[in-house]
Amino acid sequence: MSRITRRRELIGLLSACAALLSSCSYGVLNPQGPVGAREKLILIDATTIMLAVVIPVIVCTLAFAWWFRSRNKRARRRPEWQYSGRIEFVTWSIPALIVLFLSGVAWIGSHDLDPPKPLSDAGAPGVVQIEVISLDWKWLFIYPQERVAAVNELVIPVNTPVHFKLTSGSVMNSFFVPQLGSQIYTMAGMTTQLNLLASHEGTYNGISAQFSGDGFSDMRFDVRAVPSEEYKAWLVSAHADADHLDVPRYARLAEPSRDNEPQIFGQVAAGLFESIVRNHGAAPGASGPPSPSATDASL
Amino acid sequence: MFGKLTWAAIPLNEPIPLATVCVLVVGIVAVLALVTWKGWWPYLWREWITSTDHKRIGVMYVILALVMLLRGFADAIMMRSQLALAAGHAAGYLPPEHYDQIFSAHGTIMIFFVGMTFVIGLMNFVLPLQLGVRDVAFPVLNSVSFWLTAAGVLLVNVSLGVGEFAKTGWLAYPPLSEIAYSPGVGVDYYLWSLQISGLGTLLSGINLTTTILKLRAPGMSYGRMPVFCWTALASNLLIIAAFPILTATFAMLLLDRYLGFHFFTNDGGGNPMMYVNLIWGWGHPEVYILILPAFGVFSEVIATFSGKPLFGYRSMVLATMAICVLSFMVWLHHFFTMGAGANVNAFFGIATMIIAVPTGVKIFNWLFTMYGGSIRFTAAVHWAIGFMVTFVIGGMTGVLMAIPPADFVLHNSLFLIAHFHNVIIGGVIFGAMAGYSYWFPKAFGFRLHEGLGKAVFWCWFVGFYLAFMPLYVLGLMGATRRMQHYADPTWQPLMVVALGGAAVIFIGILLTVAQLVVSIRTRDRRRDVTGDPWSGRTLEWSVSSPPPAWNFAVLPTVGGADAFWSAKHRAGAAVAEERLIALSVPKNTPLGFFVAFFMVIVGFSLIWHIWWSAILGLLGAIAVCLRHAWRTDLEDSVSVATIAEHERAHRLRAAQA
Amino acid sequence: MNTFVDVASEEMPSGIPLSERGPAPRRVVAGFGFWLFLLSDIIIFSALFAAYAVLSGETNGGPSGIELFDKRHVLFETACLLASSFTCGMMMLAMERRSAPMTYFWSLLTAALGVRFLWLEITEFADMVHRGAGPARSAFLSSFFTLVGTHGAHVTIGIAWLMIMMLQVATIGFRPMVIRRLLCFSLFWHALDIVWIGVFTVVYLGARP
Repeated sequence: MSRITRRRELIGLLSACAALLSSCSYGVLNPQGPVGAREKLILIDATTIMLAVVIPVIVCTLAFAWWFRSRNKRARRRPEWQYSGRIEFVTWSIPALIVLFLSGVAWIGSHDLDPPKPLSDAGAPGVVQIEVISLDWKWLFIYPQERVAAVNELVIPVNTPVHFKLTSGSVMNSFFVPQLGSQIYTMAGMTTQLNLLASHEGTYNGISAQFSGDGFSDMRFDVRAVPSEEYKAWLVSAHADADHLDVPRYARLAEPSRDNEPQIFGQVAAGLFESIVRNHGAAPGASGPPSPSATDASL
Repeated sequence: MFGKLTWAAIPLNEPIPLATVCVLVVGIVAVLALVTWKGWWPYLWREWITSTDHKRIGVMYVILALVMLLRGFADAIMMRSQLALAAGHAAGYLPPEHYDQIFSAHGTIMIFFVGMTFVIGLMNFVLPLQLGVRDVAFPVLNSVSFWLTAAGVLLVNVSLGVGEFAKTGWLAYPPLSEIAYSPGVGVDYYLWSLQISGLGTLLSGINLTTTILKLRAPGMSYGRMPVFCWTALASNLLIIAAFPILTATFAMLLLDRYLGFHFFTNDGGGNPMMYVNLIWGWGHPEVYILILPAFGVFSEVIATFSGKPLFGYRSMVLATMAICVLSFMVWLHHFFTMGAGANVNAFFGIATMIIAVPTGVKIFNWLFTMYGGSIRFTAAVHWAIGFMVTFVIGGMTGVLMAIPPADFVLHNSLFLIAHFHNVIIGGVIFGAMAGYSYWFPKAFGFRLHEGLGKAVFWCWFVGFYLAFMPLYVLGLMGATRRMQHYADPTWQPLMVVALGGAAVIFIGILLTVAQLVVSIRTRDRRRDVTGDPWSGRTLEWSVSSPPPAWNFAVLPTVGGADAFWSAKHRAGAAVAEERLIALSVPKNTPLGFFVAFFMVIVGFSLIWHIWWSAILGLLGAIAVCLRHAWRTDLEDSVSVATIAEHERAHRLRAAQA
Repeated sequence: MNTFVDVASEEMPSGIPLSERGPAPRRVVAGFGFWLFLLSDIIIFSALFAAYAVLSGETNGGPSGIELFDKRHVLFETACLLASSFTCGMMMLAMERRSAPMTYFWSLLTAALGVRFLWLEITEFADMVHRGAGPARSAFLSSFFTLVGTHGAHVTIGIAWLMIMMLQVATIGFRPMVIRRLLCFSLFWHALDIVWIGVFTVVYLGARP
């Protein structure tokens, strides 16, 4: 392997780093909330520690391969050397120590950032409760205290902890807002929980991170983190919407559809979320999942 | 009469699958016509299709793997090009109904029919030779295993032209894979094809484990086995322990789909989370099944081409068996985000990291094998060094995602895709290609063209980085997997770079074909007349290339590790003719081929709900097995004269070299 | 002639450890391979047991174990199966003596006891289906029918295998190949007994309301 090759690799490595740094403008490396920020810290710390071993290993691999090539007359050959207790001790210890350290990070981080764990960060009073239902192929957000709902649009007040209760009205999905932090699966008949907080105003991208069928790529939603007053105003205007999410309306909504535009419901039937969970994801009163849409190949 | 099967199953109104099927059919017919015209059928039937020789079966597995690599890679190119186009409001050229089948087929084919078949093929070919014995424990079963795998391959490919494939991803999570959400035949193609080939794989695992544990040359204690045999042992033990979980889980899903059971349905009390646990209880050991033999290949290659014994043999064995055991204790890291809670998540995260320790030890041991060696830079060594550099990056990102809160933002993203392609391509594919280059001369009697081999490597190496480094970045930018289109147009340049990388890999694949053609055409220039083209250390290099059907005229008596190396450097290595005795070799049998033929009928019938032909197919398979059960002449004998003649001819050729 | 063994391991000096004596004799190899197969089969059962454990409470408003299972029925089934293991052992002793008539006798008894077991199980299943407690009723019933049914399917295959083996003894005699297969059969049959003990403990004795 020639010097030209190694230079080529170095260039490749540097350009990858450059690309990486340029992505800092958004996504996981540009968190807008404390959950995402702590997760980013873990990513960076863990990667740095491991690079401290990975980079020397890569360098040594290339260096040893190059130095001990058969045509190198200067290299000292040791054709029978196949064991060294000291080296073995080091080669077992280095990975073990790194794993020990990262295990501590994993243990503490898992507990600290466990999705159902309430956030202790915000000073603002009150926690916003939101119920999330993943449908084919859209997201339904119910604000149970305010009795309004929205499809494919999530409005939350900035600097206020938001507690999500999630379920699915069909197959498994995963609620994920990369710039706010952790994702969590949604499953029919089950309730998962998540706590997030947006510390800056802005509009963030939300997706499903668990493949759920033909309309999966359309399961995008915007998360708008707005000041408290604007949030209250939005709630008021939402209440005024003529559309009511009662059980028959929900049953129609739950039918498979793609590329859904955001919509608002001014009234939501009480206990709708709980009844969907109890009914194993099916609309209340229905006995099974909605029939497959006409666009599915029905062979 | 024909169940769900109608003429509508053929995609006449879908241009892309139709074009693909036409090309494939034309190609297959052309090959069959050529074989017929040249009169090769009797040879193929006698020497290959009905062969029970582990060397032949190993080669057939590898050929199957390379052919399926083309199919799986075609899927990959389609995925990459679709994503390079479908930014913002653009829809690309593959609607979701097709795209979903393509990525599901890509994963299924690459893991089951490229990775597994390549690795099993190499183990099949090499193990009896390295162990100093004549064949595997159950040669007839070996043939059955191969043909059952081929049956699974056939069914998956038939789905291209008759019906559809699964649209669920390569692991088919319920409830999406249940009949309510996947009413078509796609998931059934997936399930039956894998059940049939899975049986073949399980039988292979039993076969090779028995071979390693019960059939070794005299004197070859466990501590004198080559490291490749140890990694093969660990891999096959994992097959025996893990594949039954897959069989049971798929059976439960089939019962849900066919008979309305409620294992994993949303209603009736079913539990989709249980499927996720069970399938990854198989799935995680599966990736170790793939990588351990690759590790074994690298151990052999690095030691041989450094001219030194492998550094830290005991450590390597210990690390291998530790990985074998630990691989069963980490499965939950595939779904940290399913909400198991902090204690459970942390436990599995830590267990996953612990597995990185023996893996790291192996890397260090390979490093120190090179240290003090005299390294010859053959194509195989290129693959080995490329692996060491690439795999540690993939391992690092794996340990990163083993930290649950890190995984919370990276799960199912393109970062995950980049990670597992990093370790599977950098580990399994590079290892398979290294093994292919290394053992090709043993199988066919001539070496592959070195220059083209190195070109293949560079295309794969550069192409891999171009194709997957952007995916790491995209994952960090918030891109998830299995997207058919995406809203953010700033992702597009990275997608285009990734497509460029795939194109470079494609050139590498073309060059592999070219290398084979050129090598065959000019084989006289690179004949291996001594049987030991690389100055090897293990027993497979002590026999001619290709070896005779009986492998060894007399089973070698082994006195230490690196048995061939020590024998070479002692005087008087030739086998005295007085020691020769007449031998038996297992007879050929069409059992495997016919069982597989009937199982294809059974599988296809069950997929399309044609019950009468399913029953007929099953009866056919049973009948063929019963016919075999009554065969009493199962061996051919080989006379002393034949053996002696072969030995003499080999020694003569070697002396002239 | 044995394909693999050049020097029979019994002929080697006893100081050499077993692992260094070269390829094992065919009977050992066949038995070992079949043991591995049995272990893999037990793992299939483990997965089904795990599914049963997870789903045994999911009755979906339908009947539960306590309401459905008849312990005396199960006791009789168990007695048949255990007795058949005994008769299988007697059959193997007759095989060792190369006594064809006694081999047939004990194998017919084994098969008859196996068939009785299956009949009891089939009637139990039919009765449950008749009472509206079929496998599609609830996850609990799906897992019950699958676990117990898979065991029953293995028993069915075993009986068919036994009959085929008797045909082999009758037509090609007690040659080494047939002896090896009978050895494998008896391992299989005893293993099914062990699995059944797991089944009736977990499913029937552990039945919940």
